[in-house]
Amino acid sequence: MSELKTETITVNMGPQHPSTHGVFRLILTLDGETVVDVEPVVGYLHRNHEKIGEYNNWIQNTPFTDRLDYISPMSNEFAYVLAVEKLAEIESPERANYIRIIMVELNRIVNHMVAVGFLLNELGCFFTPMFYAIRWRELVMDLYEMTAGSRMMPNYFWIGGVAADLPPRFLPECKELVAALPSFIDELERLITDSEIVQMRCKNVGILPPDVAVAYGCTGPLLRASGVPYDIRRAEPYSIYDRFDFDVVVGTVGDVYDRYLVRIVEMRQSVRILEQALRDLPEGETATPKKKKFTPPQGDVYHRIEAPKGELGFYLVSDGSDHPYRYKIRAPSFVNLQSLPYMCKGHKIADVVIVIGSIDLTMGEVDR
Amino acid sequence: MELVQRILQFVDQIFVNLSSWASSQLANFLPEWAVTFLMMFATVLVLVVFGLGSIIWINVFERKVIGRFQDRYGPNRFGPWGLLQCVADMIKLLTKEDITPTKADRLIYNLAAVVPIVPTFLILAVIPFGRGMVAADLSIGFLYIVAVGSLGTIGIFMASWGSRNKYSLLSGIRTVAQMISYEIPMVLSVVGVLLLVGSLSMVSIVDAQGQWRLPFIVLQPLAFVLYFTSAVAEVNRSPFDLPEGESEIVAGYHIEYSGIKFAMFLLAEYINAFSICAIATTLFLGGWRGPVLPSWAWFFLKTYSLYIVLIWLRATLPRLRVDQLMNFAWKTLVPLALANLMVTALVAKLVPQYSLIGAGAFLVMNVVIILGIALVKYPRWKRERREVVLVPRSASSQAGSS
Amino acid sequence: MTTKETFEGLAAKFPQFDLGYLEGKDPAVLVKGENLVDLAQHLREEQDYDYCASITGVDYEDRFEVVYHLYSTTRKGGPVILKVHATRDNPEVPSVVSIWPGADWQEREVWDLMGIRFSGHPDLRRILMWEGFQGYPLRKDFPGMKDEYTFSQTSGDRENE
Repeated sequence: MSELKTETITVNMGPQHPSTHGVFRLILTLDGETVVDVEPVVGYLHRNHEKIGEYNNWIQNTPFTDRLDYISPMSNEFAYVLAVEKLAEIESPERANYIRIIMVELNRIVNHMVAVGFLLNELGCFFTPMFYAIRWRELVMDLYEMTAGSRMMPNYFWIGGVAADLPPRFLPECKELVAALPSFIDELERLITDSEIVQMRCKNVGILPPDVAVAYGCTGPLLRASGVPYDIRRAEPYSIYDRFDFDVVVGTVGDVYDRYLVRIVEMRQSVRILEQALRDLPEGETATPKKKKFTPPQGDVYHRIEAPKGELGFYLVSDGSDHPYRYKIRAPSFVNLQSLPYMCKGHKIADVVIVIGSIDLTMGEVDR
Repeated sequence: MELVQRILQFVDQIFVNLSSWASSQLANFLPEWAVTFLMMFATVLVLVVFGLGSIIWINVFERKVIGRFQDRYGPNRFGPWGLLQCVADMIKLLTKEDITPTKADRLIYNLAAVVPIVPTFLILAVIPFGRGMVAADLSIGFLYIVAVGSLGTIGIFMASWGSRNKYSLLSGIRTVAQMISYEIPMVLSVVGVLLLVGSLSMVSIVDAQGQWRLPFIVLQPLAFVLYFTSAVAEVNRSPFDLPEGESEIVAGYHIEYSGIKFAMFLLAEYINAFSICAIATTLFLGGWRGPVLPSWAWFFLKTYSLYIVLIWLRATLPRLRVDQLMNFAWKTLVPLALANLMVTALVAKLVPQYSLIGAGAFLVMNVVIILGIALVKYPRWKRERREVVLVPRSASSQAGSS
Repeated sequence: MTTKETFEGLAAKFPQFDLGYLEGKDPAVLVKGENLVDLAQHLREEQDYDYCASITGVDYEDRFEVVYHLYSTTRKGGPVILKVHATRDNPEVPSVVSIWPGADWQEREVWDLMGIRFSGHPDLRRILMWEGFQGYPLRKDFPGMKDEYTFSQTSGDRENE
């Protein structure tokens, strides 16, 4: 009997595809359903953010960073503002520091909710976990709207503080939300964590060993799920993170299921940080006096934070004028995405989709 | 009391009486062959109109129920409580541009839009909707359903091949594999019921459940679960909706279809989903049998209850992967169906028919099978809960915790 | 360990490299392009700088500068910031993909937007801009405002007409 002749087919997944989180293209080489090769193609959302950033002045760039990772705008602003403060040697007031932590940790919860919701969507759930997550995200968004006036593009962090003090309704509502969040996470876990099909689909899919994860420069939940306890909040505490008591969440296997679990438990850790920050929130100023023209001294600086998706760094070069000379963003999704081909090879086409979901991409950040 | 019963009977038989009245009126001025022909035509017309009309209702029903599952309203804009939403959708689909890809195989592509819908209507012909309400009481009823039902696969395969789209092709491969695999446990699980009845006719299956005075779900619970699971896979509903796999292969076989052709696929899908619920009702839930309410009301009550289960599955469960799907069919469903069939045959020989003892024996036999399988397979089902490691600050000797 | 100490250690170990120390908010080590890979190899293997966080190209009008931010995930220390200068006429820097595979896309991005060639890179193609794009947008001489820029037709435009 002669051997059966098989042929691989090349499938172009994207740029328009329901599971690619924006305009992201994958060139898949398939042997039947099995993935032989993956080539990610990015750049469809490229708008030369960095060049535009060089033309904006320092202050204008703060709201502009909201457009990077539009799921977690507060974290983007936080990273940029901290970088500029490091450059200009500005200390933000104590109350502003606490407010920032509250905002960023709320943001982390929002991001992980969306990540988990989309992951389940890609597993084929008909939007139900997504709606569960979105419903709570909306409550956080209400808090953002209350403080900053905008749900998704808050422009709330200012160089040297925050734009405005918290409105009087914020604290009671935020405390109520934080108290209710653990029960929400339990609810989501009841629906997903022990689900037979979720476990079948997610376990041992897209395993990323710790050494490979580090070599590819992966950060965030992706790296921690692989078993590397590397969290910038702990490794290099910025702002006032050294005051809070929280655990770094580390996975054991490094598959899609671990990434899901790490995100869920990180939400619980964020709740812990939020409780402490809300308890310790001091009274006082929320911003250093604002100047009309902001000109930091010459120099270059790199500052990184643990954004929900991983290490978000800003490399800023100042020539002493009112706009940056160089404004570079080290986006977590962009670097994390490099590990996709490694994780997908040999799996089925359906696994590619959930691996993408587990990396947690935002194309606004990848393509910049 | 007498009066109430007369009224109930009248309501129960209203459609049957209507049909016999019409045929007797026609017989006054038409030859017999013409009357038969016209009555058959009328029945077909009623079924087709019923099928199409029920889509309007089922579609809105499904979207409303899913809305409730997801903590939202569902369609509520057009018509009272949004009930006319589907009409609006239909108008939208009918007025949309009909696109044929340039490289598609035109004949197959266009034909494929019609093929899947034909068998779905054909299946409705043998389903007893109420006492005496069956379009054609075929003696090979269930066999006919299996034979006709599998024709839909051809339509889907034609669509996937004819569109000349790689996603469609993948979907076509998945569809054929899935449909053929799941047909086997589906039929095997029903054979147990057929053994008890001794006939393939859908009407006699309902009658037999009357004689047992119990629906077959009590006698054959395992068969019911097996049938329903494989039937869900057979009609590509979640969690077995791999051929469509919206998040993976976008929409699978109907990715290239637009407008009315796309609507045809949707139509076929909804009627199919309705049919499997109707068949399950007939086979396992006692069909139209039930107290007080008219027989057809009972039938629809049971069918829609099953349909809610379908919606429930769709709203809750993620999709399986293609290899897991095959494993599930061949390694779980087929052996279970075979075990069920063998033990049913044995028990049916041993216990008296139409008796409570017999029913009890069947129930015990089912429980034994289920427990046996569970004990054998349980260690594999129960996977230990995976936990994450928490690294507190004190334990962190890592990277720069200064 | 501060960058100063790291630098002193490196300078003692590799006197032939002629390393420079750059003061600033983030002090950096200036290294010549031809010595970069050896130095990176040493940092990766001997000092556990296993994580290359960021690679940035900066256009200083008279020269290009590539900045590497190195961290360690396993022990205290860092960042070590390496700066490499490249000439404006023929900007070329050796690639560090062989040492940190994660540098792949970042180097492609620098090549794409800044036009600095990374010799030894396995797959140096444009990543964010499309193939066939002319120029390097992040260079200072590339027009950035819309009235400075002349729009040209691409192959895709004709298809859409």
